[in-house]
Amino acid sequence: MSLNGKACIVGAYEHPTRLAENRSVLRLHADVAKGALADAGLAKDDIDGYFCAGDAPGLGTATVAEYLGLKLRHLDSTECGGSAPILHVAHAAEAIAAGRCNIALITLAGRPRAALAEAQARAAAAAADGRPAKAPLALKAPDPDAPELAFELPYGPATQNLYAMVAKRHMHEFGTTSEQLAWIKVAASQHAQHNPHALLRKPVTVEEVLASPLVSDPLRRLDCCVMSDGGGALIVTRPEIARELKRPQIVVRGTGEAQKHGMGGQVDLTYSAAAWSGPRAFAEAGITPADIQYASLYDSFTITVLMQLEDLGFCRKGEGGRFVADGNLISGQGRLPFNTDGGGLCSNHPANRGGVTKVIEAVRQLRGEAHPAVQVPGCAWALASGIGGALASRHTAATLILERL
Amino acid sequence: MRKIPAPQALPESLPFWQAADQGRLLLKKCNACGRVHHYPRDICPFCLAEDTAWVDATGTGSVYSFSTMGKGEDAYTLAFVTLAEGVTVMSNLVDCDPARVAIGAAVRVVFKPSHSGHAVPMFTPVEAQE
Repeated sequence: MSLNGKACIVGAYEHPTRLAENRSVLRLHADVAKGALADAGLAKDDIDGYFCAGDAPGLGTATVAEYLGLKLRHLDSTECGGSAPILHVAHAAEAIAAGRCNIALITLAGRPRAALAEAQARAAAAAADGRPAKAPLALKAPDPDAPELAFELPYGPATQNLYAMVAKRHMHEFGTTSEQLAWIKVAASQHAQHNPHALLRKPVTVEEVLASPLVSDPLRRLDCCVMSDGGGALIVTRPEIARELKRPQIVVRGTGEAQKHGMGGQVDLTYSAAAWSGPRAFAEAGITPADIQYASLYDSFTITVLMQLEDLGFCRKGEGGRFVADGNLISGQGRLPFNTDGGGLCSNHPANRGGVTKVIEAVRQLRGEAHPAVQVPGCAWALASGIGGALASRHTAATLILERL
Repeated sequence: MRKIPAPQALPESLPFWQAADQGRLLLKKCNACGRVHHYPRDICPFCLAEDTAWVDATGTGSVYSFSTMGKGEDAYTLAFVTLAEGVTVMSNLVDCDPARVAIGAAVRVVFKPSHSGHAVPMFTPVEAQE
């Protein structure tokens, strides 16, 4: 079943906080849910479908439903990492098309930055008392029953060095340079200066990116996204209901999802799962990458953006470096403005996963509600793309193509 | 020197770790489709046949990609190594200056003790041993 035209995004809200002290994860989910409802002009009891992923506490859908007093007839907690909310839009459209719900809420929220600060404070207090201190941990502990981890964890894979191996292989295969990757941060920082909520608002130069400390070679600190708290929510409904609401109609035109993993040892780091999710989304939408006027691209690292640009077909494989160094990502200059809120590289990466903010900025662009300095004139077609998990190991890709009617 | 976390040896991969303790690198080969896979499984990930068997690897290969993270004593190098048998495995490059290693460099297996567990196969450039 094609999902083209089956659903619209009528509500979008991003939490303004970047450091959620004294505010629980569930409270953040509730904040963004309320924000999206207000944006759509809908009430809590209108929601009959709810979508969340592993960042929601407790039993996910049921825990959030209890806190907010939701009465649901459709729920979905598909967990696929940071790409989850993008994929949830497709799943919501599918559920709506099947008649299983009318108005679907999607939330993502977290407070890894505050949690890390609290863990560090506890460790410092314990050390001052001479008690043994547990090392602060920002991420969930690995699952001992996952059979692949025995063949990875002894070697110290971290998000940073996994993506770094992709970058190094890309450089080896295609001659991509650190300077080219730096242009991705430069473009994001050009946009972030206009976002009052962005964690990093100062525009940076290629030289500043190259001078930042090495994190995992060849990636430097400014090749990495920020660590932030916050979240976001979306409301998806059927077109008939969307027409009655006093909001611009943002129609789901194309969706694609895919996953990639170690493939029994047939490792190839030159492409991501977006190489599969992208063509599916474009086929469903009936358009080509040349039709896209704005792109939200998951930007956990600069290399993540480069891989999606190539894998989604915005440029040929191996030519991403040249594409970004030509300034193509900068709004007002290039042919594919990206992450005009500053993205994860400069603004926000709530719950260590950024998918929802990608869809939110795409909706802002399509509504003409992005900051005037970065708004794409007459933006009618936008794409949101997410990578969940980690490039170089198992990950998922979700691609969403939206049109403003 | 970084402590090497002990692998969580599940029953279907236990022979791999027992062999590593003896300085042998094993791979799993499917008798139905003839393909070698990694990480090792009872069931072939290519054809789902249950007729998989352990085979000794040559222990030689080349660097597919790598990255060094951390500073000083804590620095370590994560890598993917493509073995002569055709599978690419996650590992560490050890006993070498990673700044002098390039993608494509020939490597061979060495075994390092993990922290309170089985030995872990890692790789070192062939030149570094001569």
